[in-house]
Amino acid sequence: MTIKYTKDHEWVRVEGDIGTVGVSDHAQHQLGDVVFVELPDVGRQLAQGKEAAVVESVKAASDVFAPVSGEVIEANADLENDPSLVNAGAETTGWFFKLRLSNPSELDGLMDEAAYKAFVEGQA
Amino acid sequence: MTEASESLKTTPLHSLHLELKGKMVPFAGYDMPVQYPLGILKEHQHTRAKAGLFDVSHMGQVRLTGEDPAAALESLVPGDIKGLARGRMRYTLFLNEQGGILDDLMVTNAGDHLFLVVNAARKDHDVAHMRERLKGKAEVELLDDLALMAFQGPEAAAVLGRFIPEAATMKFMSYLPATFNGIPAIITRSGYTGEDGYEISCDKSDAETIARALLAEDEVEAIGLGARDSLRLEAGLCLYGHDIDETTTPVEAGLEWALSKRRREEGGFPGHAIIKDQLANGAPRRRVGLQPDGRQPAREHTDVCDADGHKIGEVTSGGFGPTASAPVAMGYVDRAHAAVGTPVQLMVRGKPLAAKVAAMPFVPQRYYRG
Repeated sequence: MTIKYTKDHEWVRVEGDIGTVGVSDHAQHQLGDVVFVELPDVGRQLAQGKEAAVVESVKAASDVFAPVSGEVIEANADLENDPSLVNAGAETTGWFFKLRLSNPSELDGLMDEAAYKAFVEGQA
Repeated sequence: MTEASESLKTTPLHSLHLELKGKMVPFAGYDMPVQYPLGILKEHQHTRAKAGLFDVSHMGQVRLTGEDPAAALESLVPGDIKGLARGRMRYTLFLNEQGGILDDLMVTNAGDHLFLVVNAARKDHDVAHMRERLKGKAEVELLDDLALMAFQGPEAAAVLGRFIPEAATMKFMSYLPATFNGIPAIITRSGYTGEDGYEISCDKSDAETIARALLAEDEVEAIGLGARDSLRLEAGLCLYGHDIDETTTPVEAGLEWALSKRRREEGGFPGHAIIKDQLANGAPRRRVGLQPDGRQPAREHTDVCDADGHKIGEVTSGGFGPTASAPVAMGYVDRAHAAVGTPVQLMVRGKPLAAKVAAMPFVPQRYYRG
């Protein structure tokens, strides 16, 4: 199992050819209280780096981009009822959607946990 | 921690904001806290439950003096300023010749002068406007040496009353020169949250002392501009430059209550003919509340469409209302669609979001009525 991060603060955890996607704990801190999440429909084909979801805080709407390309196989229905899960567990129960990777080699261009941590610290 | 860039101005409470770990953002040329570690949602809820302290020192405080400053000011605004009793205040509007709104402001009769509070982004404009138009009739002084704090919420009266006993019973929309732990301060019972509360004006060198004294009270939290915005939106109050501007008239904006009866008839303010006509015959569009179905917010500039998908207006403020526990918005729609309950569609990211025209405020106003 691998977890990788993007410069836009999404994460993808890969098991086999299935990736689970969310936003990082750092991102949820920056967003503040999440009040709504717009998730992609099951069956939608996502392209790496393109818009996949929208996360809304009290103040603003922010795009969430697909960290890798693939077909959406599940969206996290719990977020509809309780968007604050994104704040409570950004990298666990607050996941956004799962997809079937169409090009696993895209993972090679993403950061591992240590590299992402260094990236965030470099931004501060 | 974000440092203020050289081009941004700071308020007298800037170092306190940094100490409180405020998340600083540029606003109207100032480096201001959008939120503190508590976060917008909890800051909003805290203000509605207890008391919140806001730094609004970026706003313009202006003194108007002269032989008859009230008569002079009436040539620029549609409010009854001459009829304002000493120690009372009123919301009014600077208008242009088309009846468009140049700014909204608070005017207080302070006895030997009028005391004005205007928007931060408009203060230079407003001062220049008054100096030009009131030349020879009134002296206009921008009070740059003052700080301004808003202190809002149902516990605000009890807390401020510990320092200034008379503040607890002063009337809504009134003014009180007072001392706070020996420090001279001007208190008004007013605000921008829909709650009971005050604005506190003092010398900038005293602002931090007063702020720290209030923040030391159990009921009080520091509140940033993010919650200030969500609070005023739930209260149905306009934000200049968004919900009202030079292209909107007071009638379109639903601010008829700011058009004093005598002034409606007598006129003598810019745009009177247009406003009089709109009062009699209606305006082509109206500012209305918009309540989306479900949980998804609709933001500023979202198109408002009728049931058939034809554009009928635009959202001017929108977000999530923490107290309403639902998305809330306001915007302008064609008059034919302005009745409360009218179904509309909000085009959010290309998809129609069902909504209704809703009565404002979204949460009941709780001003002090004595």
